[in-house]
Amino acid sequence: MEKAKVNIDHTNPVITIRGLEKSFGDYDVLRGIDLDLYQGENLVVLGRSGTGKSVLIKIICGLLKQDAGEVSVLGHDVANIPDRELQELRTRIGFSFQNSALYDSMTVRKNLEFPLVRNRKGITKKEVNESVERVLDAVGLSHTINQMPAELSGGQRKRIGIARTLILNPEIMLYDEPTAGLDPLTCIEINDLINEVQQRFNTSSIIITHDLTCAKSTGDRIAMLLDGQFQRVGSFEEVFDTNDERVKPFFEYNFIQ
Amino acid sequence: MDTVNSTPAPAAKKGPSARHRLLDSFATLYKINSFILRFFKEAFLPPFELKEVMRQCYETGVRSFTLITFTGFVTGLIFTKQSRPSLLNFGAQSWLPSLVSIAIMRALAPLITALIAAGKVGSSIGAELGSMRVTEQIDAMEVSGTKPFKYLVCTRVLATTLSIPILATYTGFVALFGGYLNVATNEGTSWTTFWEQVFEPLTFVDFVASLAKAIVFGFTIGIVGCYQGYYSTKGTEGVGKAANGAVVTAMFLVFVEEILIVQIAGWFR
Repeated sequence: MEKAKVNIDHTNPVITIRGLEKSFGDYDVLRGIDLDLYQGENLVVLGRSGTGKSVLIKIICGLLKQDAGEVSVLGHDVANIPDRELQELRTRIGFSFQNSALYDSMTVRKNLEFPLVRNRKGITKKEVNESVERVLDAVGLSHTINQMPAELSGGQRKRIGIARTLILNPEIMLYDEPTAGLDPLTCIEINDLINEVQQRFNTSSIIITHDLTCAKSTGDRIAMLLDGQFQRVGSFEEVFDTNDERVKPFFEYNFIQ
Repeated sequence: MDTVNSTPAPAAKKGPSARHRLLDSFATLYKINSFILRFFKEAFLPPFELKEVMRQCYETGVRSFTLITFTGFVTGLIFTKQSRPSLLNFGAQSWLPSLVSIAIMRALAPLITALIAAGKVGSSIGAELGSMRVTEQIDAMEVSGTKPFKYLVCTRVLATTLSIPILATYTGFVALFGGYLNVATNEGTSWTTFWEQVFEPLTFVDFVASLAKAIVFGFTIGIVGCYQGYYSTKGTEGVGKAANGAVVTAMFLVFVEEILIVQIAGWFR
């Protein structure tokens, strides 16, 4: 499905990153990252495995702490806010994990209810049910409501994982390898879902991937992460219109295959 | 023809220095300490996850029931049987109920319950939380603005702390019942006489010490299992290590605590 035109407010960055650095032992993963994510935008972060793409979004939502630099999310300095404020901020960010991270011991319904009943004080049972039905409908999996995660396919698990993040109406979505391990048709469905979420829920998203089809069909802007820094940022065509030997093989492998 | 291995022996690989190991030990102690303090900080503040505490009580308590019943019964029966010849030498077999009662209620019941719970419940907590950690389920709770520590750790530690004293008391009575069957078969002691002799040597301090032991054991098993699972790393290997670590550490600590509490209770007798 062709990506519909979206309104991006380039005057309103929802995430601002300046001089971000992160190392693990002697290995410098991120070496001075600068980035702005604008309201309503889908930004795809491309890069090889182990280049720090997932580390970047884990720092954005406060799961990891940076060594240096500033990360501002919806006006909050993530590294320096009290726990309570961080918890509140996280309800405004949706994080879709690479392996979905559904709670094994709970049904789909319980998975979806879990963040909702704990973050919306005084919510009624009726409102909870309505919210669960709404997000399940959005991902097209209403019939799985009473199933356990183990009974779902890989694509269904991804969709439920996305539904669980949508239930809190997040303003920002972070997708960690949304199409990893899925067959090509399911990948297309997930890409369409990401675009649908952007339009229907008016979210701004960072999509971490090394799948160029996903990048092309979901991204309004692409950022290529190489050697711990964003080497090329722009539209898909701008990023890959290059003779850079570090970028070309990436493109050729994905499309010539 | 004799062959000579001309390849020089590789230099012995140097492990971490003693200083690093010492620093690591202090860091781990600090981490454990913070984990325990965090439990006390979060467990008694709202929102209380009562439903989950009850579910965990069911998992730790009710699901261990069959094993505990069997072990308690066999312990009481065998202990009575093995103690008889020694007392018989002095013609003191009428003291058998009192001997069994002191041994079981003061020491064996909480200890056996704790060891079984460490193996069954501790390993299961370690493996479950370890698996949740490596599959990013704990991170998923964290980023959805909920408190995984409260939901996963506090509920499990509270459940083991509450259910193991109940299980230990139950184990004690089942073991005494096993002892009664043996005594009744061999000496023909009546039900009433047996129980009178059972309670005669026991004091208030015995009951309090036994209960205190069971509470401490329950807390230890819960907190160790949760700690090992919550900080598990290295994928499936880490899950196995968490389960194993939960059992070994909890059992070791249970024995240490047993010694300490026996000493402390001795001062009040």
